[in-house]
Amino acid sequence: MAANLNILTAKLNTIFANQIVSLENSLGELTLVVSASDMLAVLTRMRDDPDLRFEQMMDLCGVDYFTYGSEICEGGAYLKSDIALDAYTSRFAVVYHLLSVTHNTRLRVRVFATDDDLPMLSSVVNIWPCANWYEREAFDLYGIVFTDHPDLRRLLTDYGFVGNPFRKDFPLSGHVEMRYDPEQQRVIYQQVSIEPRELVPRIIREEHYGGLK
Amino acid sequence: MAEIKNYTMNFGPQHPSAHGVLRLVLELDGEVIERADPHIGLLHRATEKLAEHKTYLQSLPYMDRLDYVSMMCNEHAYVMAIEKLLALEVPLRAQYIRVMFDEITRVMNHLLWLGAHALDIGAMTVFLYAFREREDLMDVYEAVSGARLHAAYYRPGGVYRDLPDSMPLYQASKIHNAKAVKKMNENREGSLLDFMEDFTNRFPTCVDEYETLLTDNRIWKQRTVGIGVVTPERALALGFSGPMLRGSGIVWDLRKKQPYEVYNRIDFDIPVGVEGDCYDRYLVRVEEMRQSNRIIKQCISWLRQNPGPVIVNNFKVAPPKRESMKQNMEELIHHFKLFTEGMHVPPGEAYAAVEHPKGEFGIYVISDGANKPYRLKIRAPGFAHIAALDEMARGHMIADVVAIIGTQDIVFGEVDR
Repeated sequence: MAANLNILTAKLNTIFANQIVSLENSLGELTLVVSASDMLAVLTRMRDDPDLRFEQMMDLCGVDYFTYGSEICEGGAYLKSDIALDAYTSRFAVVYHLLSVTHNTRLRVRVFATDDDLPMLSSVVNIWPCANWYEREAFDLYGIVFTDHPDLRRLLTDYGFVGNPFRKDFPLSGHVEMRYDPEQQRVIYQQVSIEPRELVPRIIREEHYGGLK
Repeated sequence: MAEIKNYTMNFGPQHPSAHGVLRLVLELDGEVIERADPHIGLLHRATEKLAEHKTYLQSLPYMDRLDYVSMMCNEHAYVMAIEKLLALEVPLRAQYIRVMFDEITRVMNHLLWLGAHALDIGAMTVFLYAFREREDLMDVYEAVSGARLHAAYYRPGGVYRDLPDSMPLYQASKIHNAKAVKKMNENREGSLLDFMEDFTNRFPTCVDEYETLLTDNRIWKQRTVGIGVVTPERALALGFSGPMLRGSGIVWDLRKKQPYEVYNRIDFDIPVGVEGDCYDRYLVRVEEMRQSNRIIKQCISWLRQNPGPVIVNNFKVAPPKRESMKQNMEELIHHFKLFTEGMHVPPGEAYAAVEHPKGEFGIYVISDGANKPYRLKIRAPGFAHIAALDEMARGHMIADVVAIIGTQDIVFGEVDR
């Protein structure tokens, strides 16, 4: 596998010389970052180039880097640590996990959406048809809009749900709860009555904690 | 004669052959499916979001509840992702135990699938036969972890504990008198490995029994041959994995192609289909059960000869021994810290995939160095499969939808997450 990765790195560097934002090999996995404007050309080439042949897209997921590297203090405010400083300029990204059955290689491609308020990326449904539902999921959970998607509807949340539940500023308890109201004799939505609470505080320790890695 | 119009039909979410809470909106022309629109999410529990708010150890039992018919395989992908980030070396014995339980899980999953699939199509007997053997495997789960379904047995760095020396025994009751119980307990007198060895010796005959009921059965073939055909090209494009991909004739199995744990030391074959229809996928899965049996046998003989530790000896990841914890201050502190604050995983990202009974089950973790994952993504095989339901069902009859849902081996715990 390691030899495969070196070959793949070399190939990617020659094929996409001008389009690579970064290409990193860590933990035996390759991560390629490309810009949103190049993504369609790069990903199409990924599938069709005989040297790459990523004919399967195994996974597509949205990521919200809003609170990356921060701890939550008692008041609920975010405390940024050192990691956060060199982190990410854009808030939303979409991560593609590609698999080449022909060459037995995997590749992770990350594309950042430039606009934080209305994250928008091109749809890859025309490259990999299976992206259809994965993009609907990312749209549902993160509010990332995929242009040219044939059927961009919510997928996992309830009919009529408001908000994007996996965003970091969406509380774990949600905004509304449902109960049966005996007076109106129907199910109603109301503001959640759960107090926000943190069971285990989020803590970032020093590097090489406990001699690990 | 009245003109026949297209009409829309709602199927589920409370339909016995919807395999859980699937709601299908079917557009029909007479009895022919024009379009199938699956509505999922009725079992959505936001496991990924919950995991962001829990320590790494606390999220582990959630993995059992994803695909709740192949529990340990889900855990396996999860602990592998964490181990990758921590760069942990898992003890060899733990790796063999994991492989053995992965295969036990595969047999359990395929037994449920076979029974439920046959029941959907109208064969009752297979269901009863399959559950007879599944019961024994659940007893093995119980013996090793204490729980028959949601085991929470794998841990980052190994497994929770070594294999037990005894099996749970049947007790005499109103239904079974002492004599009957003695007979039922015959193969349970020894250790777990003895029981499993006995199981692997009789299981091939059981698979033969299922095959007698189905493989050459005329009705079974009428319902499955030529139904839900997927070409190899489409199977790749639609993101299929596991038996769904192999049923279409693509030789791809992570256990062989990207071996993890000790699969590269074990001898087994990968069955591959030809036509890509429901019948071929049935044959592939039945053969997988036989191959899993072979793997389990090899694991048993290795595990008998090689005692050793089953979890890493790093107290930042794995708890210290109970006895030492009660006597030493240091161990007590480690125990307390591990179960309150949890383990810290170095910053980075990792994707770990296993060959789950249903396909490629992957866990993608992004860590920022905290005691909780920053982002956890579960790549469920069933999600890609159900997304292709529309394409597979188009042009078939309503009754075939049931066969196609069955052949996809859908479990909503993992599709909805």
